[in-house]
Amino acid sequence: MKGVAYVLAALAVFGLAFWAYRENYATQRVLGETQQLQRDIGAAQVRLGVLKAEWAYLNRPGRLLELAELNFDRLGLLPLRATQFGRVDQVIYPVDPPLSIVNPVDVSTMNARNNGSGNAPAGGKFP
Amino acid sequence: MIRTPLRPLARILPARDKGENPDVIERENIRRRHEEMQDRARARAEGRLLVLGVFFFCVFAVIGARMGLLALSEPVEPLASAPGAAIAAQRADIVDRQGHILATNFETHSLYAQPPQLVDPAAAAKGLATIFPDLDAARLLKDFSGKRKFVWVKKKISPEQKQAVHDLGDPGLLFGPREMRLYPNGHLAAHVMGGASFGKEGVSAAEVIGVAGVEKQFDGYLRDPANGTKPLQLSLDLTVQAAAERVLFGGMRLMNAKGATSILMDVHTGEVISVVSLPDFDPNNRPRPPTEGDASDSPLFNRSVQGVYELGSTFKIFTTALSMDLGLTNPDTMIDIRGPLRWGKFRIKDFHNYGRELSVSQIIVKSSNIGTARMAQQIGAKRQKAFLGALGMFDPTPFEIVEASGGQPLVPRNWSELSTMTISYGHGLSVSPMHLAAGYAAIANGGHYVSPTILKQDGPQYGPRVLSPDAAAQSRVMLRKVVTEGTASFGEVPGYAVGGKTGTADKPKPRGGYYDDKVIATFASMFPVNDPKYVLIVTLDEPSVHSYGEQRRTAGWTAVPVAAEMIARVAPLLGLRPSVESAPVAGITLTSN
Repeated sequence: MKGVAYVLAALAVFGLAFWAYRENYATQRVLGETQQLQRDIGAAQVRLGVLKAEWAYLNRPGRLLELAELNFDRLGLLPLRATQFGRVDQVIYPVDPPLSIVNPVDVSTMNARNNGSGNAPAGGKFP
Repeated sequence: MIRTPLRPLARILPARDKGENPDVIERENIRRRHEEMQDRARARAEGRLLVLGVFFFCVFAVIGARMGLLALSEPVEPLASAPGAAIAAQRADIVDRQGHILATNFETHSLYAQPPQLVDPAAAAKGLATIFPDLDAARLLKDFSGKRKFVWVKKKISPEQKQAVHDLGDPGLLFGPREMRLYPNGHLAAHVMGGASFGKEGVSAAEVIGVAGVEKQFDGYLRDPANGTKPLQLSLDLTVQAAAERVLFGGMRLMNAKGATSILMDVHTGEVISVVSLPDFDPNNRPRPPTEGDASDSPLFNRSVQGVYELGSTFKIFTTALSMDLGLTNPDTMIDIRGPLRWGKFRIKDFHNYGRELSVSQIIVKSSNIGTARMAQQIGAKRQKAFLGALGMFDPTPFEIVEASGGQPLVPRNWSELSTMTISYGHGLSVSPMHLAAGYAAIANGGHYVSPTILKQDGPQYGPRVLSPDAAAQSRVMLRKVVTEGTASFGEVPGYAVGGKTGTADKPKPRGGYYDDKVIATFASMFPVNDPKYVLIVTLDEPSVHSYGEQRRTAGWTAVPVAAEMIARVAPLLGLRPSVESAPVAGITLTSN
């Protein structure tokens, strides 16, 4: 009985040692990956910062104004003035489509809300 | 274990036979047994002490070894820390109210040399001088061939320059990473931004410190690594600021002024939407402060907060507002304006002769010095002083840029009755345009002091009440009349009811007295006047324009047209809807009861 216990204990020690060895290397690998990821994040953030700075530089109001003046023939952009404000009713919306519905199609009214008009649906059951 | 009996018969019986006391044997045995027990207990206790001693020794050894290791090893960041926490350790960005970037950081490199490692110092010096034309080859060669072990060559170089230095191929030329401050919008809002430079410098890093403006004021916030990802949000609006700078620059040119400033301020929150001071500079390449001449001629001089001048007639509305607030007058009260008004040897005159008497409203419209001086006499020095103090006219503005604390108003040491009279029309008290903006904001928002701020605010930030709502409303109607029928007739902007007051003050000579031909022309305005949202102050320094056959310097001919153009440009950008003018009628009805 004792012998069996010793053998089992020894096997348990082997097993645990193997597990610890594997875990150790797995942890080290994950830590390495984390480090690489953090380096990547850092590089990406630096790049993002540069891109943001470039975006801000390319969109600086002075440059946009010059571009608008250079491309006036194509774009016709002018500084915003009070006269350019309008009311909603001055906005021209697209006119209604001229086609009208001539042959209505019957559709299922199953599970539709019955508003009191029309016939009760044939198949539907309402409480 | 075999126990020895206490009374062994083998010894007891012979002892009884001999007539001895058998208890002696028993006691003897008990004694022996106790000795044995003592020995055992001691051995056990000694064993335990030994184990405990070994345990403590091991623990101390482990802790000591760990401490020694920690002390000896190079510090490293824990590998498994939260991502991002360790990376954003740079100066925080500055953004405008919409989130557009005003200041950010840029990775660049510095260039240094280690002369002992230079292969060919002469070639290196010559090569560097061709890459950087501002460097002197002879000077570099002297540095490279001397005893020095380390020479800074350039603090900031571009990637192209770095590649060119790489191509020289000398192992003694080395690069260090540098983070530099970048202002992508260049001149825009230069005085607010201020600028940044390097503090302590090392090979691998350098400290970036703010030298002026918000960069210096909020240096602590911007440098705090905890705020690396939280930008500092200002109240400025990039688009409005750009439009205001453009209009003001054009206006300054047209009016032949040598300097100009404008302040656009939200009257409820105190947020400064745009503040311009011309001439300006590029904060990416901040010029050195002037060592000689007048500081106000330098582009570094921020006229909006540092330019402390007598702002003239723009102060009249404070006098009439206070008078109406105190119940001494109402807009229709007639005031005797026969001049000149004598006070000792001092005479107060009007620009034109306006007749015998004018109503309070007409005094503002015509800008009568005598009228406001008479009203100030009624008010008295004490109440006038308290009112102007409540508007913050005696202290530097709380505007959050470092230069603002330099804008200390010039207050008369002895506030005499004559001072009361002259200050009533803006002479004898020198303040900055920012002070004036805060004062007009109080009239515009219905009588609350608001302190001007450069930081974005949530909702109204009303300070203590300084005026009754009625007095403020009546004052606004008067300011509207100045534009519709008074000195600021060029200030009419279709769609936006502008109200305001002009002010033209002679510039003081450095040695006392006033120039005859140099003025500060100011237009302090608010729009839309029936429910003011913004206050706009435009000040031109020494404007002079030739129109209708005359050389004109008054604000009505110089500052007002510039302000009107600015409102026409800026108000749509602020999202203000132009309205058909019906408001003044309502305003007039209000004052009649």
